[in-house]
Amino acid sequence: MIHRIRRLGRQGIEVLRALGRSGVFLFGALWGLPRPSEGLPLLIRQLYVVGVLSLAIVIVSGLFIGMVLGLQGYTILSDYGSEDAVGQMIALTLVRELGPVVAALLFAGRAGSALTAEIGLMKATEQLSSLEMMGVDPLRRVIAPRLWAGFIAMPLLAVIFSTVGIWGGMLVGVEWLGVFEGSFWGNMQASVSFVDDVLNGVIKSIVFGFFCTWIAVFQGYDCVPTSAGISSATTKTVVYSSLAVLGLDFVLTAVMFGSF
Amino acid sequence: MPSQNRFMDSASYIDLENVVFSRNGRRIFDGVSLSIPRGRITAIMGPSGTGKTTLLRLIGGQLRPDSGRISVAGQQVPALGRKALYRLREKMGMLFQSGALFTDLSVYENVAFPLRVHTSLPEDMIHDIVLMKLQAVGLRGARDLMPAELSGGMTRRVALARSIALDPELIMYDEPFAGQDPIAMGVLVKLIRDLNRTMGLTSVLVSHDVPESLSICHFACIIADGHVIGQGTPEQLRNHPSERVQQFLQGQPDGPVPFHYPAPDPGQDWFATGEGA
Repeated sequence: MIHRIRRLGRQGIEVLRALGRSGVFLFGALWGLPRPSEGLPLLIRQLYVVGVLSLAIVIVSGLFIGMVLGLQGYTILSDYGSEDAVGQMIALTLVRELGPVVAALLFAGRAGSALTAEIGLMKATEQLSSLEMMGVDPLRRVIAPRLWAGFIAMPLLAVIFSTVGIWGGMLVGVEWLGVFEGSFWGNMQASVSFVDDVLNGVIKSIVFGFFCTWIAVFQGYDCVPTSAGISSATTKTVVYSSLAVLGLDFVLTAVMFGSF
Repeated sequence: MPSQNRFMDSASYIDLENVVFSRNGRRIFDGVSLSIPRGRITAIMGPSGTGKTTLLRLIGGQLRPDSGRISVAGQQVPALGRKALYRLREKMGMLFQSGALFTDLSVYENVAFPLRVHTSLPEDMIHDIVLMKLQAVGLRGARDLMPAELSGGMTRRVALARSIALDPELIMYDEPFAGQDPIAMGVLVKLIRDLNRTMGLTSVLVSHDVPESLSICHFACIIADGHVIGQGTPEQLRNHPSERVQQFLQGQPDGPVPFHYPAPDPGQDWFATGEGA
């Protein structure tokens, strides 16, 4: 019994220590930006790796999710003779919830895991140590550009996801199932508020991008530098990011839309 | 090989004084004191797992000792702030066991990296310096290759070229001969000796390859169980009275360092196994 309590306590302390390390790590990376002439090319390269290379999966997923929403929405709404409202249903679902959440989950799986594996492998092959010994701070050179690239790319990917999803919903609703195009767009325009819906969705995606990227780069930097350690860190990135996104989504939704 | 007096005449570049360092509850160094002379090759040897690489990391300031003093070029490394430490490291080069080349950069870009980060030299001058350094390690022709296309020996030679790109005062070699074929080992031995002579570098060589290390070093020390168990010129070490030093230098399987890992009494062990079955 005592042994179990002691083990629980030890695990708790280890979690707290990891949280402390991640906080110090984040502070060091955010405040240790490289010079613009040196940092901008690094940032642009990471924006390409983290953002542009995630575009394909985000666009394809957005398209299919929008199409499914169109199909399901039409089936349900047509029972009540309200199939004209399918446009607003698709838009609100995507902009408020599915856009930020699914894009963040995809981002964690595609870009987050890649970031963790890359940084972990750099640690295992002593590249981070060699940077330190060359008098170059890895937090500035390696971590900061990746962190900022994630912060910038994630909201843009969520916006692209929602846009493509709405277009996918339009393809199914209007082009295939014959909903009147005027009501599809008109209802959407009338019911979607820029501040309440679009901006809140963007805020969600900024928060998700911040946490997903932070988790990914920290797991890579803090991993045990062995193949098993990198594998475990990559898994943790996807699991922790997914849980953080879903948990934070509830909190943010309650704050943004919970005033009934 | 220089005499001990010549060695003693050289001012020390690195000084360790009663360094104590523990990791995960295990004491790695228990009061290690050592002076590494300027402009010479010093070999630090010892069985695997005695903390030779840890010693290099302490000298480079990547780890901090629990107590004791470590001074490099007159500066107390553990007391240095982040900026001062990074400035000091610009005077150091380190050859890692794996080479630690940046896998997404070509050989040329790897060697140019420290020059681009720490200097504002024009591109044509960087080009000339990179080619000179690659020429010194015999790999000027490999400048366009990627690290994945290099053999183990070539990787270490490129890493060596990169670590001398900024003309450091100190270079630390972490197990440079481990896993190398005889030709690659011969090349590395020659390079370490030539670089020390031509550039006047202070070289610290961590290795457990006794013949190669003793063939090039001016001074050597053997570390085991957290202590320096023997030090001096290679000749002095070969005649060292300590059985432990002799066991290490001659590679004897049994001696003060036992062949058997500590275990319970054999009779007890077998009896217990029989009972369990």
